Amino acid sequence: MSATDERTRADLSTQPAPPDGGDGSGSGGGVTLPRLGPGGWLRYAWRQLTSMRTALFLLLLLAVAAIPGSTFPQRSIDAARTAQWITDHPTAGPVLDRLGFFEVYASPWFAAIYLLLFVSLIGCVLPRSRIHWHQLRARPPRAPRRLERLAAHREVETDETPEAVLERLRTTLRGRRYRVHAHDASTLSAEKGYLKESGNLVFHLALIGVLVGVAWGHLLGWKGDVILPVGQTFANTLSRYDTFSPGPWVDVSGLDPFTLRLDRMHVEFESDTTGRGQFGAPRDFDATTTFTDAAGQAREESIRVNHPLETGHGTVFLLGNGYAPHVTVRDADGTVIYSDATPFLPQDNFYTSVGAVKVPGADPDQLGFAGFFLPTGVIDDQRGPHSVFPDTLDPQLALTAFEGQLFPSGAPQSVYTLDTEAMTPVPGKDGADQLRILLRPGQTYDLPGARGSITFDGVERFAGLSIRSDPGKTLTLVSSLLALAGLVLNLVVRRRRVFVRVSAAEGTGRTVVSVGGLAKDDDEGMDDEVDAVLTADEGHR
Amino acid sequence: MNDTLAQISSYSVYSAIVVLFLALGFYALYLARVARAGEAEVEAAPERELVAAGGTTSSVGTDEPVGTDEPASTGGHVGTDAATQEPARARKAAGIAWTLTLLGTALVVAAVVTRAVEVARWPLGNMYEFAIVGAMFTLLAYVGWSSRRDLRWLGAFVLAPVLAVLGSAVTVWWTEGSALMPSLRSYWIAIHVTVATMTVAVFTLGAVIGALYLLQDKRETSGGGGGRTAFMSRLPSARALERLSYSAHVVAFPMWTFTVIAGAIWARQAWGSYWNWDPKEVWSFVIWVVYAAYLHARATTGWKRQNAMWIALIGFGCVILNFAVVNVFFVGQHSYSGL
Repeated sequence: MSATDERTRADLSTQPAPPDGGDGSGSGGGVTLPRLGPGGWLRYAWRQLTSMRTALFLLLLLAVAAIPGSTFPQRSIDAARTAQWITDHPTAGPVLDRLGFFEVYASPWFAAIYLLLFVSLIGCVLPRSRIHWHQLRARPPRAPRRLERLAAHREVETDETPEAVLERLRTTLRGRRYRVHAHDASTLSAEKGYLKESGNLVFHLALIGVLVGVAWGHLLGWKGDVILPVGQTFANTLSRYDTFSPGPWVDVSGLDPFTLRLDRMHVEFESDTTGRGQFGAPRDFDATTTFTDAAGQAREESIRVNHPLETGHGTVFLLGNGYAPHVTVRDADGTVIYSDATPFLPQDNFYTSVGAVKVPGADPDQLGFAGFFLPTGVIDDQRGPHSVFPDTLDPQLALTAFEGQLFPSGAPQSVYTLDTEAMTPVPGKDGADQLRILLRPGQTYDLPGARGSITFDGVERFAGLSIRSDPGKTLTLVSSLLALAGLVLNLVVRRRRVFVRVSAAEGTGRTVVSVGGLAKDDDEGMDDEVDAVLTADEGHR
Repeated sequence: MNDTLAQISSYSVYSAIVVLFLALGFYALYLARVARAGEAEVEAAPERELVAAGGTTSSVGTDEPVGTDEPASTGGHVGTDAATQEPARARKAAGIAWTLTLLGTALVVAAVVTRAVEVARWPLGNMYEFAIVGAMFTLLAYVGWSSRRDLRWLGAFVLAPVLAVLGSAVTVWWTEGSALMPSLRSYWIAIHVTVATMTVAVFTLGAVIGALYLLQDKRETSGGGGGRTAFMSRLPSARALERLSYSAHVVAFPMWTFTVIAGAIWARQAWGSYWNWDPKEVWSFVIWVVYAAYLHARATTGWKRQNAMWIALIGFGCVILNFAVVNVFFVGQHSYSGL
């Protein structure tokens, strides 16, 4: 993909490309093609793949193929929204799902495009690297016979001797950073701008480095999320994570044995009501933690957005926050059968949060509560219970109660939702089908019958922490910076050749100096360059 | 204090719109007057090529000066003013347009600066601010470039999109000054978003000149000189326009590459992963790939320059989409509350 057909571009040959160019425009109508054996077909396929035309096509295809990932929800980014989309579109959803439209960047067709592109790139860059290596050590080629045919050309007469002119121009060209060589006594060949192709090759080879870095991070990286209420301690072992997704080659038993206690969670929201969409917007998140490393050294660390904590092999990011109401459930005798800070997950920008309190120790039936935590609660007929500000101005807990079996199948279930399949609603005291409980901090509700009571003791904040490791990121970063440097070199440096020929003018005894310039690509400065070479020392002209 | 600053900022933008609109009018008048003078002349275009080709021994067009072509292009015909070979009335219009452009640019700069002081942070936190800063960079790029070569022919075509952006900024994207959400509070906003906005300004120049190239090319091949496209005779040749557009893209593409890299570094700081395939990232990637395709297509012998330019224009379409559509309608981490 790096550039065109190497015959026409990698060397600055003035010769036409051979007629059998691999990326020619295909066979004409009546031409009989030679029969190709398997090897011939392979070579043909390889040439097609590494041709510029194919690379361009693959590039454009890659751009088009990336687009669905922005228009359809992606499972790896938002699994819930993806599932919702499929449910909402019963016809198209499953079909698109099978075609990989909800995991575009992991789909076989997307991979096929970029892998073909990289094969094409390697197939183009490696031969060009070889050629460039030879050119770097080669002399500039012999001057063409007719310099006036070159894109830029000037001819002047001078009184100097041919030798003096050549010597002077040699110095001038060297001064202009040309590599100069004299193939014979009457010409000079000069070339500069080798860095252009070097930059081009570095750019393309570095892209391979980017891809390897990404793949490396995918295979050996891992990430885990944990919700940590204030006052609790997280120990870095697999079982403590709420979710953990390791790369295929990760040894999950080898996690760093550090612990992290969340001491304080400072959160600030916009209370200024001016500014569209700004009321309630987050302004500052700051988790103050005590980090104890593997050696047992404890230190205070602040984790903020844009300011993660490096733990050695992983990095702790503060990616979320919310509320964990502290709930106590007592049985009919007053014995505490549940008492814990229970995280509820925020659902909107005002932190209307959903969660569940599961009390397996209740007797005779297990008890479960599900519902909302509202930091600034409002309950109306239309929207039901919801929050109108993200901070705890009027915290409320709105719950419904169920009894029966909490874990009927024994299968793992979300801690934030209640599986009511084997449960029945606890009826209300007033004869309603469903008991509805609304609690403010400090309040206790006595459950009907001999079911005991539930108390909303108060509310803690939690920090949503994500601990991640990506061993490929340094390679990716270094490679992409190299690619940028190579790109700049390739676009800025100009590859130029200048040829000089001196000859005796007829009859006058003067010397005719003919200078021709040849540039790679079209180079509007070539004429000026030739002029500059000729007039570098105006006095001799 | 802040309310006063906010008002100064708003008034500056509105005044800039008025001033730049007048500038646009005078640039259009300039082109019209040059064209009318040119129509009196018979077929200016072939003359130009003769002049260029006859000047040196090299092949036709290679040494045609880019942008600074007026002495060669009108070649000493008709001109009511011998010094510039342009009608004095046209020159006067261009002079007024230039002064107004400078004034408009100064007003947009003032709007951005007062906005920054008002919100007491880097003024690139929402779409209104991106729009006025983007307009500022486009104007500064045009003004700066004009000091190096004669770009009076380009004025109208740069001011039109700038006015469209400023108009949208005050109507659709207007947002009151406010503080930023935590993920945007980083020095990376000054690096990533500033370079991104500058890049869009340069891409805009590249796309505008590229579109003019395609028009000029069509006009040259069809041999049409007069009529509604007569003003195009004031513009450089298609070949020169193509080169100018290419040089803008050559500047913009590495800048965009840097924008994406800087964005990735910041994304890792703020969101925990350097690449999340967030819609904005997807489109930044698409833009990068499309412009990479343009550069390859242009470097490929056998590919028409016109087709390559179409790819660049598609790339610019993606740039616009990435700003106007992706920010607003796509769900992602680059969604900004209140635009």
